[in-house]
Amino acid sequence: MTLLRLIFEFAKTGLFSIGGGLATLPFLYEMSDKTGWFSHADIADMIAVSESTPGAIGINMSTYAGFKTAGLAGGILATLGLATPSIIIILIIARFLKSFRDNPLVEGAFFGLRPASIAMITAAGLNVAKVALVNLSAYAASGSLTDLFIPKAIVLAVVLFIAQRKLKWSPIFFIAISAAVGIVFQF
Amino acid sequence: MNQLLELYWTFVKLGCVTFGGGYAMLPILERELVDKRHWTTMDDLRDYFSIGQCTPGLIALNVSTFIGEKRKGVSGALAATVGFVTGPIIIILLIATCLTNFAHLPVVQHAFAGIRVCVCVLILQAVLRLWKKSVVDKTALVLYLAVFLLNAFSGVLPVRVPAALLVILAGAAGIVISSRRQAAKDQKKGGSGK
Repeated sequence: MTLLRLIFEFAKTGLFSIGGGLATLPFLYEMSDKTGWFSHADIADMIAVSESTPGAIGINMSTYAGFKTAGLAGGILATLGLATPSIIIILIIARFLKSFRDNPLVEGAFFGLRPASIAMITAAGLNVAKVALVNLSAYAASGSLTDLFIPKAIVLAVVLFIAQRKLKWSPIFFIAISAAVGIVFQF
Repeated sequence: MNQLLELYWTFVKLGCVTFGGGYAMLPILERELVDKRHWTTMDDLRDYFSIGQCTPGLIALNVSTFIGEKRKGVSGALAATVGFVTGPIIIILLIATCLTNFAHLPVVQHAFAGIRVCVCVLILQAVLRLWKKSVVDKTALVLYLAVFLLNAFSGVLPVRVPAALLVILAGAAGIVISSRRQAAKDQKKGGSGK
């Protein structure tokens, strides 16, 4: 039963996450809240694993999330679920390729879809920040703002932000460095 | 059959060498599918990407389905797409198995706490990169803010708006706004033509 639900949830994700892999994030957060299959911290870890391994991010995320939920079969079925809408829709579109792209309705829809997509990615980023940069439970206990932020994490974030702007390295390097910093400074 | 296997195997290889997905794949696909195998042309490949970007599903999967379909019809599309996900599935399953066995170690927990900070920054960079192309004017900014607020604070709001509904509404809003603008433009043209 879980497997069927897994396929259904990821097919839905595949159907509505238009564009790149990060567009799957809002759906993963929604799934986490609704089903409890994985936590918000798990999603942040999934993003890191996906950025450091081959394959499109969305595919990696579905495999990882499926595995977390229902083991080996879960990982495979979630990914196939994610791919199903793509296959069906593209097979239909492939027959009238050009007319689809030049359709003013499609172009118009994208005027709205593009900002919506990055708005939801921003919200997903905020969700990661909630786990990574602030300590909500310490803040709730003491009520003082100094307990809200994790200083070590904020410093690392600022350094990483500047470094990524200056150096055009692959994300894997920054992830590896962050892991080392996390271990050395006991994050 | 041979052709299908070749298609499958080619996409298994492609799936294993593309990091990040999306447009990062374009140069790799160009080398393998246009230059080496002559399965498609650069123009077609660009078309597939731009259509893959504006259809449901991940760009990488959409492009695989397109190329597979063009080579061998429906079975080709399946071979290419399943091939593309084969490598990532195996790699992630291996990593996930290791992670679940080692996740309780303090070293691993510290490492991931550091990595999560990096993930925040990576997402911020992605948003900044996409901003210019997406939030093109004030109307788009209003759409951005509306979707952001509805999505980020869905836990606090009395009614939870599902992300799928937000996608549908944003697309509909885009169609309405663009057609109104087009109508206004046409009217202006008509007016000056007199």
